[in-house]
Amino acid sequence: MAMTRAARPLPALFADVLLCLALCLGMLGTAHAAIPKELILQLATGDSDEKIAAMGQIASSGDPAALPLLQAMADGRLQVLEEKQQVLLYNDAGEVTDAVTGAKLDPVPEGAEDITVNNRLRSALDGAMAALQLTAADTAVRLDAARNIKSSATPEMLPLIEKALQSEKDAAIRRLLLTTQASLQLSSDNVSTRLAAVKALAASGDSETKQLLLALLEKEGDTFKEPEAAVRAEAQKSIDDIDARLQMGEYAGMAFTGISLGSILLLAALGLAITYGLMGVINMAHGELIMIGAYATYLTQNLVRAYAPGLFEIYPLLAVPVSFMVAALVGVAMERLVIRHLYGRPLETLLATWGISLMLIQLVRSLFGAQNVPLENPAWLSGGVQVMSNLILPYNRIAIIVFAGLVVAGMALILTRTRLGLFVRAVTQNRNMASCVGVATPRVDTVAFGLGSGIAGLAGCALSQVGNVGPDLGQSYIIDSFMVVVLGGVGQLIGTVYAALGLGIINKLFEAQAGAVLAKIAVLVIIIVFIQKRPQGLFAVRGRFVEQ
Amino acid sequence: MQRRNFIKASAMTAAMALAGFSASFAQAQETIKVGVLHSLSGTMAISETVLKDTVLMAIDEINAKGGVLGKKLEPVVVDPASNWPLFAEKARQLISKDKVAVTFGCWTSVSRKSVLPVYEELNSLLFYPVQYEGEELSKNVFYTGAAPNQQAIPAVEYLMSKDGGSAKRFVLLGTDYVYPRTTNKILRAFLHSKGVKDEDIIEEYTPFGHSDYQSIIAKIKKFSSEGKKTAVVSTINGDSNVPFYKELGNQGLKATDVPVVAFSVGEEELRGVDTKPLVGHLAAWNYFMSIKSPANTEFVKKWSDYAKAKNIPGHKDKPLTNDPMEATYIGIHMWAQAANKAKSVDTDKVIAAMAGQTFKAPGGFISTMDKENHHLHKPVFIGEIKADGQFNVVWKTKGPVVADPWSDYIAENKGKKNVPEKK
Repeated sequence: MAMTRAARPLPALFADVLLCLALCLGMLGTAHAAIPKELILQLATGDSDEKIAAMGQIASSGDPAALPLLQAMADGRLQVLEEKQQVLLYNDAGEVTDAVTGAKLDPVPEGAEDITVNNRLRSALDGAMAALQLTAADTAVRLDAARNIKSSATPEMLPLIEKALQSEKDAAIRRLLLTTQASLQLSSDNVSTRLAAVKALAASGDSETKQLLLALLEKEGDTFKEPEAAVRAEAQKSIDDIDARLQMGEYAGMAFTGISLGSILLLAALGLAITYGLMGVINMAHGELIMIGAYATYLTQNLVRAYAPGLFEIYPLLAVPVSFMVAALVGVAMERLVIRHLYGRPLETLLATWGISLMLIQLVRSLFGAQNVPLENPAWLSGGVQVMSNLILPYNRIAIIVFAGLVVAGMALILTRTRLGLFVRAVTQNRNMASCVGVATPRVDTVAFGLGSGIAGLAGCALSQVGNVGPDLGQSYIIDSFMVVVLGGVGQLIGTVYAALGLGIINKLFEAQAGAVLAKIAVLVIIIVFIQKRPQGLFAVRGRFVEQ
Repeated sequence: MQRRNFIKASAMTAAMALAGFSASFAQAQETIKVGVLHSLSGTMAISETVLKDTVLMAIDEINAKGGVLGKKLEPVVVDPASNWPLFAEKARQLISKDKVAVTFGCWTSVSRKSVLPVYEELNSLLFYPVQYEGEELSKNVFYTGAAPNQQAIPAVEYLMSKDGGSAKRFVLLGTDYVYPRTTNKILRAFLHSKGVKDEDIIEEYTPFGHSDYQSIIAKIKKFSSEGKKTAVVSTINGDSNVPFYKELGNQGLKATDVPVVAFSVGEEELRGVDTKPLVGHLAAWNYFMSIKSPANTEFVKKWSDYAKAKNIPGHKDKPLTNDPMEATYIGIHMWAQAANKAKSVDTDKVIAAMAGQTFKAPGGFISTMDKENHHLHKPVFIGEIKADGQFNVVWKTKGPVVADPWSDYIAENKGKKNVPEKK
């Protein structure tokens, strides 16, 4: 690439658009003739540079047809018929009009080709449309336009922005426009204007602004891009200010990803905290119970889609009880048929449950195929909320953190506040004594195992929203689950919570430093060392029970 | 009584077994066996399962036209389950026990490296249909996917061009195994040659099946804020791509800000991902389903009909074709042509006959097998993801490009000829 370094601090591609825009600014308000045919053809058939130039001219014409035309191009609703020199515009209803004359075309001429829009054209289009929308009546539209123009502004746009600023009342939009104005003034000839702009930008907290300021400090040969030392010093100060703010966002982001991973580990391990932690069953099929929960969610999704499409948005909520019930039933069947005969024989339990896990995997493979099944996130679980300029928290992860909290709370309530919970604790602490005072221990075992399995199913339901759902899903969580329960201390719910969140955060800290592969190894090493030093885990059960 | 019954039963079993044996023996006389070695379970199943079906479709097609050398082809399908050592075991089983004449298989380079010694030792043929890192040239393998100069290098050149966004900084992101590591080594050398410094390149790797891309995306965001225009080159393989692209969309990383170009993501991998937030992200291949050509229309129709007839999950409702499917399809047809030309399915005779074979590829051009280097001459396409999960071709080479498996950007390759060493 023999390109010269971009002399301007801003994306050079917008220069073209706005050069034309500036040229035509004088015409704004006067020229209300239709968009000239040559321009539309240039937009449709030119090379990228010509297209961008045409966009600028069309945008600055201020013609009411400009916005729909550019929008159609951005949405891929423009087609061109080269030999007839005709541009076709599809509207939302699928009707076709001639983009030049506006006449309806029926029948639609054949042989028209789509107009390709690549990333460069797309961002030029965004800029051109934003310029047209800066004076729109709707505040939301203006806000969007101000956001778009901020990332795609060029010096030629300055008069336009100043004009918009004069009439703009909304504080948020003003702030965006002022930042854009300041960033454009960076290339002003006047030193004091530049200095003021650099100072103003210190208040901004986003990475794009930082990139602009960084560009000032770059050297071109022996000279800096910014000739004035005072401005450079100020720019460095502003960068430090922005960095401090970005740093906050990074730390917050890291904490969030750690908690998010922790919540996933927690969900995966909670069921095991009951079946292994409380009941002492080394349940190697725990991962498969998670997998069954995920497949139950998949089935719910399909059923909802087939029979009640209106409820599709809330299918994950409907899937919660379904996945719990299905996994709990499988768990109860396992306990009744196999595990109950093996109490007190941990080795045999381990082998038997491992066998069951293989059978469950194969069963699911035969029923649903070996491939992953597709699960769609409903709209409210897609996307994220922008908390800081460099921090977006995805909704699906927030939902899982909340869900994990609810499950822990629910489980704590059941175990400490209900008669069933009392029985479960009694039986796991001293089976003989519980039996003596009239607790039906076999039934309690079954219910407790079913509860643990059901919670594993809930984990599957939640995991299906962030990861892949396939027959091997459980295999990737079983080791993590055991790790969490053992680290937290067998028999202690609160230990599981701490261990899951701790592992999540430690894992993410390492990942940020050393990458995902080394992080995984490091976490395993830490756990091994920890268990060597403290075999009872973070929280040990006190009392006679331990010495048995 | 019991004993008599037992004798009767065992005699019957023996007779049946004998009959079965002779039947299968008779069959072996009439058919040519073809091995299919693709993961049908595990992390790679998302990509490989459909290649198995493509081979079966092509076999049906060849058989309908009379087969090869007057004999019908008989597929032998095995599942190596995304387990690399198992690939070698299954390959040996296909060659030694099932006596297949040729095998179509493998996706990941680590699986190809695993089976390579088997094919060389037993002198059998493997057709490998996926783009890969080069740095290998075995006389027993025909590589119908792209070498780095037919995919990776043009893609990065595009990113650095004005239309591609004039990227100056690069995140090389991949799954942790031989293909991404080697490709990134070549790309790093290539970027150096274009004046990109080491501080403007970061490499990140994740394990197979990784599903939590939060910190990686955060890292990309941070890196892109530290200087000039940044682009991501993704060599993530397998089902990890689904959580990666989901996270990318959820975290709002737009293609106009930081474009991601992927080498192992096609129409099939994006199935089930909401592609609306991903519009504009890129993939580089030698074929896209959206390519407009009569040959492609026919190929897509064939596949749709086949998927419907065979009730292939997913494809029966929404048939998709992709680059490795095309490469598989070209490979098996070329092999059939070469076998017919050689009048034998003997490995060495077919290898000799493969040189210079041509086939009208679905991509809309004549695909040629190089006379020497066991690779196809292929055109390169770069596509942007559209809202409907298809790709919009934004750049392509003028014509087919000759493969360069020993990349010149790796210093040790100086002087290496693109010809397999005879063994």
